[in-house]
Amino acid sequence: MTMALDSKIPAGPLEKKWSDHKNHMRLVNPANKRKYKVIVVGTGLAGAACSASLGEMGYNVLSFCYQDSPRRAHSIAAQGGINAAKNYQNDGDSVFRLFYDTIKGGDFRAREANVYRLAEVSVNIIDQCVAQGVPFGREYGGTLANRSFGGAQVSRTFYARGQTGQQLLLGAYQALQRQIAAGTVKQRSRCEMQELVVIDGRARGIVTRDMVTGKIESHIADAVVLATGGYGNTFYLSTNAKGCNATAIWRAHRKGAYFANPCYTQIHPTCIPRSGEYQSKLTLMSESLRNDGRIWVPKKKGDNRPPNEIPEDERDYYLERVYPSFGNLAPRDVSSRQAKYACDDGRGVGPGGLGVYLDFADGIKRLGKKVIAERYGNLFEMYERIVGDDPYAVPMRIYPAVHYTMGGLWVDYNLQSSIPGLFVGGEANFSDHGANRLGASALMQGLADGYFVLPFTISDYLAGVKAGQGEVTAAAFVDAERDVKGRVEKLLGAKGDRSPDSFHRELGGIMWEECGMARSRESLTRALTKIPALRDEYWNRVKVVGVGDDLNQQLELAGRVGDFFELAELLCTDALAREESCGGHFRVEYQTPDGEAQRNDAEYAYVAAWEWKGSGQKPELHKEPLVYENIKLATRSYK
Amino acid sequence: MSHDNHDNGIMKLTLDIWRQKDKQDTGRFVTYQVEANEHMSFLEMLDVLNQSLVVRGEEPVAFDSDCREGICGMCGFLINGEAHGPVRNATVCQLHMRHFSDGDRLRLEPWRAAAFPILKDLVVDRSALDRVIQAGGYISVRTGSAAEANGILVQKDASDRAMTAAACIGCGACVAACPNAAAALFTGAKVTHLGLLPQGQPERLERVLAMAEQGRDEGFGHCTMIGECAAVCPAHVPLEVISRMNKDFIKASFTVREAVAAGGGA
Repeated sequence: MTMALDSKIPAGPLEKKWSDHKNHMRLVNPANKRKYKVIVVGTGLAGAACSASLGEMGYNVLSFCYQDSPRRAHSIAAQGGINAAKNYQNDGDSVFRLFYDTIKGGDFRAREANVYRLAEVSVNIIDQCVAQGVPFGREYGGTLANRSFGGAQVSRTFYARGQTGQQLLLGAYQALQRQIAAGTVKQRSRCEMQELVVIDGRARGIVTRDMVTGKIESHIADAVVLATGGYGNTFYLSTNAKGCNATAIWRAHRKGAYFANPCYTQIHPTCIPRSGEYQSKLTLMSESLRNDGRIWVPKKKGDNRPPNEIPEDERDYYLERVYPSFGNLAPRDVSSRQAKYACDDGRGVGPGGLGVYLDFADGIKRLGKKVIAERYGNLFEMYERIVGDDPYAVPMRIYPAVHYTMGGLWVDYNLQSSIPGLFVGGEANFSDHGANRLGASALMQGLADGYFVLPFTISDYLAGVKAGQGEVTAAAFVDAERDVKGRVEKLLGAKGDRSPDSFHRELGGIMWEECGMARSRESLTRALTKIPALRDEYWNRVKVVGVGDDLNQQLELAGRVGDFFELAELLCTDALAREESCGGHFRVEYQTPDGEAQRNDAEYAYVAAWEWKGSGQKPELHKEPLVYENIKLATRSYK
Repeated sequence: MSHDNHDNGIMKLTLDIWRQKDKQDTGRFVTYQVEANEHMSFLEMLDVLNQSLVVRGEEPVAFDSDCREGICGMCGFLINGEAHGPVRNATVCQLHMRHFSDGDRLRLEPWRAAAFPILKDLVVDRSALDRVIQAGGYISVRTGSAAEANGILVQKDASDRAMTAAACIGCGACVAACPNAAAALFTGAKVTHLGLLPQGQPERLERVLAMAEQGRDEGFGHCTMIGECAAVCPAHVPLEVISRMNKDFIKASFTVREAVAAGGGA
């Protein structure tokens, strides 16, 4: 059954849409709230904030996470900060400016109404977090400090040292713990969603696997929220945590939730390069390093002299050469691509030639070692701990890595997916970042969704359904449990000879090569041949040791990898269908004469929402046109 | 394979690893040989060992990890008796093999504490720490009820010190390193973080009593100020958070007793 894509954007002027919409939402009687149960999967910023808020409102919440504690969700790793349109610096910031910067940064591929709401509630987020005790940086007068981030012309980023994500997550986690103590939220940690259950067209529950006992269980509710993060680990190597996976959103997609813009993936230019085949993940080094570091590679191919022995005139400071006005501060997508070109040209440095230098020698000469240490000391320490080189003496080696996925499950303005009763928040949905996310905006979106959007829109939905209908003995739950058990048995029963990890690594290699920083019709077509072949091999040759009814990390991984294969195929299908370059999606066929991304607004100013049609079937594309009523589309330029 | 292990950073290690099937199993050390190179992280070295075990059809060693960049607090075990291994102030995921030498023999075992039951191999149950937070490690503020952020002024120094305490990653190394298996550094970190801020004042005394009591009920030991906790803490949480907690605890104990005596209730 195909349903029409209705974004449900409220009528009226942009700046009044959200408040008017809230004023007309239905409410649930206080005495009835406890009769409703809501499942929230994921305890990052969006999930924990949503669970805590719903619990405070009086609903019964069941919260799940795969980690051993809700405090470990990967929101915790965000370093830089969180944007908010407070205009505390009196530098002309406003809700409209934050809205516009976010739309533009997303290369004009996000919805106006959603992004405006995000900018609007950003100010409430800061209030909420401060009240919770988040120790943001402060001025000597006791007011909140701000910094400029990601090339913004205003200082609107709030930060807690280099651990902003950690502190915001702990704020939400503590609010969640308070509700657990109050009995409104029941927490299940080390418990992973394996299937979504849909009854009479509505999301009514999930099936989970207890990661300690292996027990497969059904959970029924009146609404389900997925806040399970992005799918960057499709590429194997990324800045995501090892456990980050797409199983929850992929299982929901297979049950009818549309997947929007999967090809929008962000590759961050400044990560520590891989050092060998055994590499398990990549670590981000803050973008701020490019303020005082100069990026270069040797002019000569295969020049393996130590960097300090390569004379100045034999170095290519390629960003300064290609982008004389922005130089080393060119945006993420642009910088990443140039690093790839240099390495493809055989001029990369370090093991495997996959790295470029980020050199602080000039910065130290100009400012002194002390100033550089004050600005970047903790990052230099982190680099030295991982690589073993001292960045004060030897240039850092960096290389781009997959960092964030802007695509995700399609949601309407209420953050409800194409399955009624299934809501999606944070990185797991596609809603606010268009084709590219700006720095310090991920934390903002996660908390906006969790604290200030979902609790309202879910209440509105619940007010329209009767509480507590049905039982977990319903046929749909029985079928879903059988499917989950079947997959576990299939994986354990495969008498193969290759580990799940080896397949995941190979899949990641294909994705990085064919669908990474530069994509082409040829490369994507190749990927779409290789991925299904490898997936077939996976189900024949995978070897999962151990048993199903205890803690089995191989089995957990094997299930996730199985889903990454299918998602990878959709990602490449979307990338092939989008015949333009925009934000994190760069198609080599569509570039300006000087090598920049060329959008095609006439034909591609739409959200691509894909509908699952069954294993081995082509997914169906639904287009949601992007209508811009308040801003004019423009070309990004950094020359 | 090279024969010159010294020059190319390849090292052969002998690992005595604690293997325990589940909570009920008694557990034992099993010895493995593994070849690593100096650029690997410690956990990547274990990944390599596990891949070889999988191919041989043996169950790999279970260990927790997630972010692998030192911030989520999920990883952690003892290496030769030291929490997170021989390099100070870093999690085991940030420990690299260049700190070890060819021929080393290393003993890997899980956090040892009554409050942290072993689930499997190097994996322990640290949910006791969540319950300590549930007892009062928060500020009670409802979503949407917050005042304008700059309406609350916080002295920069207090805010900076609160941040230093709030940096705790909840890994449990402090408990594992403590001869008493006390959770004083963990609890003190939260008590200090919230107690230094104006927002944390209304619940300050109830908080410290409730959290300390919960810690005792979970089976954590009593703090005798040995300081092993701060020495191994990967987040640099200073020992003084325990002193601050103790000070609040004494004050709270008197205040609550006086309130009860006056008929006001606790």
